[in-house]
Amino acid sequence: MKSSKIFTKGVLDVLPLLIPVFPFGLIIGVIGVELGFSPLMVFVSSLVVFSGSAQIVLFQLVSGGASPLVTLTSVGVTNSRHFLYGAVLSEYLEDLSTTWKIFLSYFLADQSFALSQRYFKENSSLKNKHFYLLGSGSTLWLVWQTSSLFGIFLGSIVPEELGLAFAIPLTFLSLIIHEFRKIDHLIVIITSGLLAILFYEIPFKAYIITASLGALMIAWIITNIKYKKT
Amino acid sequence: MNWILIFLAGLITYFLRYSMISFIKKDMLNEKTKTLLGYVPSAVFPALIFPAVLLDNSASFVSYNDPKILAILIAMLVGFFSRKIIATILSGLISYWVIIFLL
Repeated sequence: MKSSKIFTKGVLDVLPLLIPVFPFGLIIGVIGVELGFSPLMVFVSSLVVFSGSAQIVLFQLVSGGASPLVTLTSVGVTNSRHFLYGAVLSEYLEDLSTTWKIFLSYFLADQSFALSQRYFKENSSLKNKHFYLLGSGSTLWLVWQTSSLFGIFLGSIVPEELGLAFAIPLTFLSLIIHEFRKIDHLIVIITSGLLAILFYEIPFKAYIITASLGALMIAWIITNIKYKKT
Repeated sequence: MNWILIFLAGLITYFLRYSMISFIKKDMLNEKTKTLLGYVPSAVFPALIFPAVLLDNSASFVSYNDPKILAILIAMLVGFFSRKIIATILSGLISYWVIIFLL
């Protein structure tokens, strides 16, 4: 298949996810400025961090007077899930040059990861499948930059009453909805959710990675049972 | 200082994204580990969904009739049967708006 076709497929598949990404980017722009960062700083944070959850943590902790060490630890712990994303995709990206790997890693966000994992799995024989991650990731990137700029300069053009923060959990739900029919995945999903509630108040927002690793332990047990059967 | 923090936050995030992609080589993962990694989305995303729906800003449980709970249940049903990302998101948002504005 032609690389441009795969790229376009990535772009098209990520379009529905932009419905929540755009308002989230707006919120980031608004919050950053409200918490006392200069417009340029907020925009540069979207450029260099390119991760909504990490940017919110950064803005809130710095403006709240947290020490640099606490701030950076929180950013790292919040985003440590990307470590797992990289591990998952490594299998499919291994044959690429270092330059490609350096470049593609920048676009590895929650949404582009989830879509690419599915695509790579179903099209593992395609040599240029990485164009899918490039297409979905760069589209996300473009919309993220645009929406944070809008938020910085136009303020909350979307009324708060709409409750668009709710679009964030909906995004993540939509990314795993195809797994709900599988009982093994359902067990992992429920474990992760319950652990996240249980550990919600531990420091550094570590509940995300704690719940993820806990759920992966259950997944490991399930994997072992599966392999024993066959 | 804020400038340094922004760039360091970016560097940390980038490192987390890049490290495993560059580090892991094919022969390092056996079939079992690959199967396990297939569970990563199901293990990570619920940790972001559950608290966002079930807990409020002060980390206490929302009431059972909170609009978010009903809306996410509708989104789950619609998504379960349609298996479409767009249907899941839109049904959740629209039912949320119907509940808070019309009911």
